[in-house]
Amino acid sequence: MKSRLPYLLPLGLFLVLALYFAVGLTKDPKIIPSALIDKPAPEFTVPPVAGGTSPGFSTADLKKGQVSVVNVFASWCVPCRAEHPEINKLAKMGIVPVYGLNYKDTPQAARAWLNQLGDNYTATGADESGRVGIDWGVYGVPETFIVDGSGRIRFKHVGPIVGDKLEKEILPLIRSIQGTGK
Amino acid sequence: MIRVMAFAALLLAALPLSPAHAVNPDEMLADPALEHRARVISRDLRCLVCQNQSIDDSDAGLAKDLRVLVRERLKVGDSNEQVIDYVVARYGDFVLLKPPVKGSTIVLWAGPAVVALFGILALILFYRRRRAASPVAAKPLSPEERARLNKLLEGDAP
Repeated sequence: MKSRLPYLLPLGLFLVLALYFAVGLTKDPKIIPSALIDKPAPEFTVPPVAGGTSPGFSTADLKKGQVSVVNVFASWCVPCRAEHPEINKLAKMGIVPVYGLNYKDTPQAARAWLNQLGDNYTATGADESGRVGIDWGVYGVPETFIVDGSGRIRFKHVGPIVGDKLEKEILPLIRSIQGTGK
Repeated sequence: MIRVMAFAALLLAALPLSPAHAVNPDEMLADPALEHRARVISRDLRCLVCQNQSIDDSDAGLAKDLRVLVRERLKVGDSNEQVIDYVVARYGDFVLLKPPVKGSTIVLWAGPAVVALFGILALILFYRRRRAASPVAAKPLSPEERARLNKLLEGDAP
């Protein structure tokens, strides 16, 4: 009997390619892996939102030995509005300081937003030019970073934290980094 | 035919249209050489918001910020590579419209060549085998067959 292998080869090749592309298609192309994971948070200082009550913050605040969360938000960003109750919930738990990075916003709009939706941030810095955002690799607000006690970025969540994402994804990560991190 | 020609004319008419660029006059650098380098760099950088446009083409806010950033880096004397490395350090390889050749992208770069090679190999095998299978010369007709053929041909003649 002649070998059937040469005739089955194209089919095999097709199946391998199909599987390869199928796996690729299950991934969300909007989520770009951060280049900064396990790298130190960028050096930055953000002033407080002008006229606001909460102070600004800087790299030094993230190196105080405790795990912290940096939430990038803007008043013009609709998903930020949807996620804000979850951020408030996380901040009220008191397990980590939650810093707000107000990205490319006007002070008036930011103040109105915080007054209306509740401000539970440990500190809220204003990045009016968006330059600090670029240093953090921000490309689509909201984005949420988990930083370990030594100021290294350990995780980035792109998009709103809604539904059970806080309980299922963010809190377990925070706990595991608190357990293993310095 | 007319339809084909009309279509061809339409294609030709569309040719001179170059893609619109999003660069605003107020972003441009006074030095034409630097501005040219900025354009070259920003054509290779992906707009992360719209993803399939370069920052040179995109109207997104972040694309504008990055264009301004590229020009700032050039003004302080960075080389083209330094500017690109600066952006890649923040946004990763994904920000490059042309992915670099490395372990994780080797399938991307070598894949088409490998598949084409397989195809050519399969074609060569196929034709070789077909030539080997076909008899070198056809058997000559037997006298009966020839007589029948002649009869058929004559019957067909006017």
